[in-house]
Amino acid sequence: MSDGNIHGADIAVDAAGLTATGGVDPNGVSTSDATAQANADGAASKRRLGVGFWIAVFWLFIVFFAATFAPWLPFKDPDSNYIVSGERPPYAPSGAHLFGTDQDARDLLSRTVFGARVSLTVGLVAIGMGMLFGGFMGIMAGYFRGWWDRVISFIFIIFLSFPALVLAILITALLERSLRTISITLGILSIAPVGRIARATTISFADREFVLAARTLGAKNSRIIIRELLPNVLIPMSALALLGMAVAVVAEGGLAFLGLSVEKGPTWGKVILTGAGSRDLQKAPWIAIIPIIVLFLTVLALNFAGDRIRSYFDVRETAL
Amino acid sequence: MNKNDHIQTDRRMESGAPLLELVDLKTHFKTERGLVRAVDGVTLSLKRGESLGVVGESGSGKTVLARSIMGLLPSTAVKHGSVKFAGQDILGFSAKQMRHLWGAEMSMVFQNPLNSLNPLMKIGKQITEPLKLHLGMDKATATATALQLLRDVRIPEPERRLNQLPHELSGGMRQRVMIAIALACGPTLLFADEPTTALDVTVQAQILDLIGEQRRDRNMSVILVTHDLGVVAGHTDQIAVMYGGKLVEHAPTKTLFANMKMPYTKSLMRSIPKLSDPSHTRLATIPGRPPDLVNPPLGCNFAPRCMYALPKCHVEEPPLTPTADPKHVYACWYPVGSPEFEKRDAELQATGYMPEDFSAVS
Repeated sequence: MSDGNIHGADIAVDAAGLTATGGVDPNGVSTSDATAQANADGAASKRRLGVGFWIAVFWLFIVFFAATFAPWLPFKDPDSNYIVSGERPPYAPSGAHLFGTDQDARDLLSRTVFGARVSLTVGLVAIGMGMLFGGFMGIMAGYFRGWWDRVISFIFIIFLSFPALVLAILITALLERSLRTISITLGILSIAPVGRIARATTISFADREFVLAARTLGAKNSRIIIRELLPNVLIPMSALALLGMAVAVVAEGGLAFLGLSVEKGPTWGKVILTGAGSRDLQKAPWIAIIPIIVLFLTVLALNFAGDRIRSYFDVRETAL
Repeated sequence: MNKNDHIQTDRRMESGAPLLELVDLKTHFKTERGLVRAVDGVTLSLKRGESLGVVGESGSGKTVLARSIMGLLPSTAVKHGSVKFAGQDILGFSAKQMRHLWGAEMSMVFQNPLNSLNPLMKIGKQITEPLKLHLGMDKATATATALQLLRDVRIPEPERRLNQLPHELSGGMRQRVMIAIALACGPTLLFADEPTTALDVTVQAQILDLIGEQRRDRNMSVILVTHDLGVVAGHTDQIAVMYGGKLVEHAPTKTLFANMKMPYTKSLMRSIPKLSDPSHTRLATIPGRPPDLVNPPLGCNFAPRCMYALPKCHVEEPPLTPTADPKHVYACWYPVGSPEFEKRDAELQATGYMPEDFSAVS
């Protein structure tokens, strides 16, 4: 009856597919082939990181390498004044100063590189703190719910509703403006956003049956959290980590504009600030623009790499 | 076959005594609307090696029943009565005490195999973890056992599967893996909570056969929770039909299909499409919805939806009554075969089981 019809139709479709792949299609384009190709491409691109990712990683590598080994690399002293007698600084980019100099004739290339040391440290420490404390609190809240959730969520809300800038100003104004204080300040600020992501992801995974299945097999809470939940929660969190690091780097720039960044040595924010006066922007735009471009490219690379890593490791997206 | 038998032998009682015994089990949930009586007085017993089908619509309490026995309910649940497992009352057990039973003595196969495996953990690891945890196996023994388990559940190329992630397997394969994990530590009681609902029909039969086969091989008891009478028909020794949190009919499978007493069971049966029906036969449905478990109706729970209900059904709750076969009990004032039922059935037959006034009631 109707069963027979369905089978008949199936066979007809199969036959059509066969002829198409056989190249009998008069138009020369076999539809089934084309779709198969598109599907294969789609699946492959999901599992490939792509050229853009490697460019981003290459850029980040250069920045991190230069920042890490700056004192041992042949950079000029970032705090010396390279005044050429008879000429008024700032000097435009040239062979002697690839990025040019600022108004005090300090070499901008080395200032940018040494600034990266501070900016990247701030970014890493901030997001590291966010991941550690925020992640821990978020997973606890999401897994145990109840009072844990109520208390931790309340703490997150307080952090989120307190103006971040005011808190940063408060801390940096009261304490010394050292690298440690700035990093910890931005770290505290990143706890709540990271924690909320961790909590939301944990909740969605804790409801999955595999967590219940693990429990029915006798797994303890600690085991479930570490073995079952953490790997799943870490994927969205690690993508966020790179994005969050980008945000922290930019935040340091913001603090520098208020004169509240690290006191000693150059930072990206402070370097940009030296060239940010309106007269300087007109007469010597490179002072601000070049570090801005470096900062922009770094933040872009962090964002891009974070996004690619997330989709690469997202096994669930590639499934089906 | 089962390498883990020695662990349980001391806890195994003389054959004949029930492995699982529920006496008047009640599971209520405190909610803002009031007390939800999800399971309301269920008495059952199951021998080792036997299989029980728990049948009912969604919301009839069958899943809550299974989870009450396993102690997997949220803390808002209030439980009364007794659940005896291997002679021990486990209803009051804390999660810590239950953990020794979970996996080792009782385990569960879930409804959706796509969700019940950890997407980021290799199949091999997911099977060997409980083996290491409960049986203290070393890595090599655990891997060998895992391979054997995968072979037992008929997974082709088991060596390759150990290193695959769940998304690389089809739904049916994943359910097989899930069964292998549930069987890993040689439980004496296996819960299968609608194990085939998420799978297509051809795979369904294979999975059910597999569970049945493993039950015989391992002399394990199985509780099969489903809404499909057809599923339990060939795979269980006894069937408990639940409605509104209560047991409404309970009998050995053969007896039940030969002699249904409760109009609800009959309606469930009627709502399965039959091959022998002429085409375009309208499928018989049960009108209305399952009862509100916060305010259950006075009298019989099913009365508001029952085509055979008489005034008495709406005021007095029918007790569980045994038939000639003491193992066959039902809760109905006018069961199938009673004069009142036959009279009403004749009337209904005249209208083609579609009484006009009925839709207004529900």
